[in-house]
Amino acid sequence: MSATPGTLAGSRAPFAERLAAVRGSRRRVVDRVMRTVALAAALVCVLPLAAILLFVVIKGAAALNLDLLTKPPKALGTGGGALNAILGSLQMVAVAALVAVPVGILGGVYVSEFASRRSARAVRFAADVMVGVPSILIGIVAYTLLVVPFKQFNAAAGSVALALIMVPVIVRTTEEILRLVPHEIREAGLALGVPTWRVVLSVVLPAGRTGVLTGVMLAVARAAGETAPLLFTALGSRLVNVGQFGQPMDALPLFIYNGARQPIAALNDQAWGAALLLLLFVLGVNVAVRARSWGRRAG
Amino acid sequence: MTTLAPIGRLRGRTATRRADVVFRGSTRVFGGAVIATLGVVAAVLVVSSAPAWTRFGVDLITQTTWDPVRDVYGALPFIVGTLYAAAIALLIATPIGVLTAIFLSEFAPRRVAIPLTFTIELLAAIPSVVIGLWGIFVLSPFLRDTVDSWLIATLGWLPFFRGPSFGVGLGAAGVILAIMILPTIVSISREVLSSVPNSQREAMFGLGATRWEVAVKAVLPYARSGVVGAAILGLGRALGETMAVTMVIGNGQDIPVSIFDQAQTIASKIAVTFNEASGGFQTQSLVAIGLILLVMTLLLNVAARLLVSRAQRGPIR
Repeated sequence: MSATPGTLAGSRAPFAERLAAVRGSRRRVVDRVMRTVALAAALVCVLPLAAILLFVVIKGAAALNLDLLTKPPKALGTGGGALNAILGSLQMVAVAALVAVPVGILGGVYVSEFASRRSARAVRFAADVMVGVPSILIGIVAYTLLVVPFKQFNAAAGSVALALIMVPVIVRTTEEILRLVPHEIREAGLALGVPTWRVVLSVVLPAGRTGVLTGVMLAVARAAGETAPLLFTALGSRLVNVGQFGQPMDALPLFIYNGARQPIAALNDQAWGAALLLLLFVLGVNVAVRARSWGRRAG
Repeated sequence: MTTLAPIGRLRGRTATRRADVVFRGSTRVFGGAVIATLGVVAAVLVVSSAPAWTRFGVDLITQTTWDPVRDVYGALPFIVGTLYAAAIALLIATPIGVLTAIFLSEFAPRRVAIPLTFTIELLAAIPSVVIGLWGIFVLSPFLRDTVDSWLIATLGWLPFFRGPSFGVGLGAAGVILAIMILPTIVSISREVLSSVPNSQREAMFGLGATRWEVAVKAVLPYARSGVVGAAILGLGRALGETMAVTMVIGNGQDIPVSIFDQAQTIASKIAVTFNEASGGFQTQSLVAIGLILLVMTLLLNVAARLLVSRAQRGPIR
């Protein structure tokens, strides 16, 4: 039982000890091998990211030109650019953020500052569950409530669907960050006779500012990349649509999806170009935001 | 966890000021809105699928014919497709993900583990549609020309590996899903493993164990339920993932047997059919299978969160 590993392989050692020594060395080999396997697994995890980035950058850069950024698709045939999708994504995500940011932050404030333990648990639970709801179902819900009554696919429904995806993310990050704000500074505010609402708005929220902003930015990045909630709501459009939220509108993810489905090389190329744009934005936000918090963690 | 009451709940003069009452009330409305939206999502799906349920009942789940012309809908092939693709994804992603988590939390030095964790979490941020684009034009042809032909040559006598392979199909969808759920499995498993108390490791080292033995016999069993939770959370994500799967799964209407068969998952079927559905019961039937999907993902998510939170409090025996 109490095998001393490895070192006792003298020829005079009794059988049991020699056996233990052999087994000890085998254990060390297993250790070595499995640690290498674990390292290999970690590298395998990085491989897809590298492969995706590589192809999107190479194929996307080849398709990236001024036309892609400044022109809508031609009415007939192929050619033109993705201006309709770029503007559409900007507008729909902006409107979604306009709705989701205040709702999400105040919802998070409620959980961390006002809710009883039970209601805090309920909101937290609901937010977690909402994050897990497949986004295509959010699309169906927005379709039922905002497309069917108006008998018209419209960008407003798309924005609402995106907002529904953003809110729970913002609620959870806000709440988690605000809980880290030390209780003493709240007490300090209250002790000065400041009303609770001002303590929350001018002391607690500013103290958690960067964290809350992180949550907002990550939610925006996620919404910008969502396709499924837009399929039955904003639908997509080959026309540039500025401000017409009652009409169909394109978005970069829809542009990529539609371009990839066609058996036409020129459209596939445009999809790669749009994918590069989308990835630059989404990964740019993620790297910027996460690198900051990572730097703080390491420092 | 702090035991202090939230400031909004402190009793005192401040809590009675009108502005405070208004502010507190409005935040409560927004907090309640989160719960309400969840209710709205469920209610909308139930209400708008009700006609299909009353018309077809369990046939929606057990029948295999999805025929808009005869207006008859059975979704079994898509339910099987969903579970099949998710199973392939889990089979690939769980061992790789858990080994990676062990590497990150037990073996890797900090200066390696931190950037590596960061990189893997970045994978989760890539939009599904971009992964799908890569899946169609890079991964599927690659699989068809390498792995698939090898699998057919060696294991082709099994019905699960019967060729030919077109690149797109269940297998490709499974691999894409595996890539997409890896970050979930890795980051949650890593967190759970890292929260295992060091005394657990020290005791095992004290007995002369190697680092691998410590990881597998002292740390992993302690964190078991959390790692299972991570895998279930990954499964939940795999079931509901839409775009990337839609792009690489092909378009099969039959119950898939071989991993090279083209198929549909519930989500991909909804994605490609919903806008074309008109008249009859097709839209309602699509919402009905969406409801099935919702129930599946909700149950998995709740179970997974319970397991993970329990693992972070300690082992279960």
